[in-house]
Amino acid sequence: MGMTITPVRLHYMHTASPGESFYLRGLAERRLLGQRCGVCGQVYVPPRGTCPADGVPTHEEVELAETGTVTTFCVVNVGYPGQKVTPPYVAAQILLDGADIAFGHLVLGCDPGEVRMGMRVKAVWAEEGISHFEPNGEADAPYETYERFM
Amino acid sequence: MTSDVAVVGFAQSPVAVRDDATTSGVEMLVPTIAEAFGACGLTKSDIGFWCSGSSDYLAGRAFSFVSAVDAIGAVPPTMESHVEMDGAWALYEAWVKVLTGDADIALAYGFGKSSGAELRRVMALQLDPYLVAPLWPDSVSVAALQARLGLEAGRWTEKDMAEVAARSRAAAASNPAAQVSGPVSAADLLARPYVAEPLRAHDCAPVGDGAAVVIIASAARARDLCERPAWITGFAHRIDSGALGARDLLSVPSAAGALASAGSGVPVEVAELHAPFTHQDILLREAMGLGDDVTVSPSGGALCGNPMFAAGLARIGSAAQAVMSGRAGRALGHATSGPALQQNLVCVLSGESS
Repeated sequence: MGMTITPVRLHYMHTASPGESFYLRGLAERRLLGQRCGVCGQVYVPPRGTCPADGVPTHEEVELAETGTVTTFCVVNVGYPGQKVTPPYVAAQILLDGADIAFGHLVLGCDPGEVRMGMRVKAVWAEEGISHFEPNGEADAPYETYERFM
Repeated sequence: MTSDVAVVGFAQSPVAVRDDATTSGVEMLVPTIAEAFGACGLTKSDIGFWCSGSSDYLAGRAFSFVSAVDAIGAVPPTMESHVEMDGAWALYEAWVKVLTGDADIALAYGFGKSSGAELRRVMALQLDPYLVAPLWPDSVSVAALQARLGLEAGRWTEKDMAEVAARSRAAAASNPAAQVSGPVSAADLLARPYVAEPLRAHDCAPVGDGAAVVIIASAARARDLCERPAWITGFAHRIDSGALGARDLLSVPSAAGALASAGSGVPVEVAELHAPFTHQDILLREAMGLGDDVTVSPSGGALCGNPMFAAGLARIGSAAQAVMSGRAGRALGHATSGPALQQNLVCVLSGESS
């Protein structure tokens, strides 16, 4: 009895949409760029080119602060192949100041046990884009300021 | 339970070689949905049920279809579903929803960024994963086997196939969504090289990105939304064996069965066929008994624009358009899925409600 290994491999090429391209060019300049919906006024970052609430294209470009608030988080204790940070570390949802949607990023630069909802953080830049977020020392944001984004 | 449901709106994006949309399809869908709404004076809040057709295999990641919901503006929450199939099957689900009275107006959409990976290899993964797919028989090669069988059985010639391509491209000249179109002679096409013998480039649908949207409504609403609704008088789908070796590749019982079930009694004037290969146009016409009096694929069909998971829905939309515009009294739209015409769907449309 023998065994045959038949590799199943496909190569995909991602197309950066106009909205994504705008965001990525911003990152290269260490700027965080989003888009505001002309109907509901909500600001999306990364910009999607459309408002998921209204289903309309978004055109207005908005520059956001590189500070934000941890809305929710988890401590990653599990290792996996290709992992770039050694556990334990924190993966969090971060609501940038001025944004109406949180995005996922790492919170490093402090003990994982110190990370909490409402913690104020700032972006730490790497060669291309954001490396991670870290505490910026401000007092915690009140729950009401991020309650809507949980 | 309502018995009469009609197509009241249709829109499709231009089929592009490589659209600058992401694999979520949102960028192609937003203007296409807006166009369909505009034609019948609807907004998203009028839609009681949404159903999409797409495949994560084109995106290369799981649950990518969920991102497409961004295009419909699902706030406040709405009733939404998805099929991992051509949007034609999403329309079938939407039709059932309206028939059962769960929704008065429903919208089906299909989208595919076919250019994200090498499509003919992606399509190999729909085959039996143990014994067939590991050999990577790509979709063009599988179709070539079918075309070869037909040639050797005397069912068609390479010239017959080229004539299908020439007819389709000439018809597509009036379709702004078409990816390829224009007058060309069968003799010129036959002088070109093979892609996968006996198939030449003109025998194979081009790889293209695109989206299609069809809106349907119950009898109570249809006449308000559309001057001449395209009433769905029959809608059915059938599937043949997934094992290529267990099927006679020169007969398409699932297409004949779907048509019989959808209503073959009254003749149609227009048939929009989803035939991604020229010989499949011939096979389908035979299986469905479509004579010379039927205008086949006046849009140019899939051979002139085949955005995966949208092209079948676009066939039904194009057939409905023929009825809504008054160009046809009765028309049928057909969609196919799977290798070598494995699965087939037929939607019969009429200017008269049943």
